[in-house]
Amino acid sequence: MKVSMRKGFAVWIEIAVIALISCIVARTQTDPAASRSNGAASKSDPQASAARVLLDGWGRPVVDPLKPGEKPGPAPRHDISGTWEPARGPGDGIQANGPHDMPYDGKPEHDPPYTPLGLQTLKSHKALFGYAAVLESLSNDPRNRCDPLGFPRADFYQVRHTQIMQDEHKVAILYEFEKRWRIIWIDGRELPKEVPSPRYYGYSVGKWADDTTLMVDTIGTVGDEKIWLDETGRPASDAMHVIERFQRVNQNLLELTVTVDDPKMYTRPWVAVNKFPMRLQSAEYDVPEMMCIPSEQEEYYKDYGDAASGVNSTQSK
Amino acid sequence: MKAKSLARFGVFVILLLASVPVFAHHGNAAFDTGKKVALKGTVTEWVWANPHCWLKFDVKDDKGAVVHWVAETNNLADMMERGWTMHTFKPGDEVTVTIEPVKNGNPVGRVLEVVLPNGQKLGMSYIRTGQDH
Repeated sequence: MKVSMRKGFAVWIEIAVIALISCIVARTQTDPAASRSNGAASKSDPQASAARVLLDGWGRPVVDPLKPGEKPGPAPRHDISGTWEPARGPGDGIQANGPHDMPYDGKPEHDPPYTPLGLQTLKSHKALFGYAAVLESLSNDPRNRCDPLGFPRADFYQVRHTQIMQDEHKVAILYEFEKRWRIIWIDGRELPKEVPSPRYYGYSVGKWADDTTLMVDTIGTVGDEKIWLDETGRPASDAMHVIERFQRVNQNLLELTVTVDDPKMYTRPWVAVNKFPMRLQSAEYDVPEMMCIPSEQEEYYKDYGDAASGVNSTQSK
Repeated sequence: MKAKSLARFGVFVILLLASVPVFAHHGNAAFDTGKKVALKGTVTEWVWANPHCWLKFDVKDDKGAVVHWVAETNNLADMMERGWTMHTFKPGDEVTVTIEPVKNGNPVGRVLEVVLPNGQKLGMSYIRTGQDH
């Protein structure tokens, strides 16, 4: 009996020691300071940082457009061109839980003012994020089939390196995610009175509100459940009017504010993104290719997604 | 005995003391949030593809049988921001892969960190900010 008790005690000691070591390891792995030391040159573990060199799509080391200590110059007049990236870090534009300033987090102040149709449509969406998130292979999100995000979801999900090019007629926005682009006409034309045909990225016109602020109106986006407003499954209809405000604060900082006005889905206009900061990337930066490829998506589900979800995606959708 | 058995698996289940980072694009619902599992295994394939990259590797269980594991990372643009490349792994590499497993018990999960054959560690934090997201 004594021997058995001692043995039992020894096992408990062993478990306690393992648990203690595990906790120390886990703390080390999850401690922000430890994470940062992986990013910067780590004196204690040089091998850990050896491979972490930031490269662009061309495989060249990324160079900051500002020299250390250099202050950004003033914003140029009527010019928002450049390669822009989320100023607070690469992950800031992903917005998996909804637009930056209206996340789907259960807080009443973050709930858009749904119409009855809007609420009904929201509930029919099986999103991968938000309060009603479903398993990987069960989502009915159009983008999970490699359909285009469309607009304004391009402003509310996966905002990454964004190349803006312009001439006197138009502003072209080239999104990294899905390698999509859209045109904003700044030649003085008005929005079409009758939309020729709804489009995933709609019809956009822009006007300079002042020397550094471009206001953009967009209508004519597709409805019929072809696009969602955001990653959490909020709805978007073909009656949507989107107002974007691009303000170039200085040479190296661009802020984006987006207001959604969709009378079919929402009872009043609401601001989804408020002054989202984008910083200027080096002019030589080559944006990596990032696309949804149906054949690769199929392989992904075969190898991984279905096993993770415990379902067969070819039969469950 | 239990600890030895675990060691033979090459598997260590570690309680998470902090929240697991939110991985975008694909949902969180399938995962056993709050768990970390470290697996020692041999790489069979590193798929540098869309929508996410994934690593296939073999791990021996306690009876010596080979279990084929699949662990996903993020999209390749994000992985480049974290210092990973399409040449990070080659078949035959002996690696330790720390994953967040799925709830259903299948041998799949998502990568939190890897230790390469030369001892280099690669995690999910961005080079520029040091943050996971």
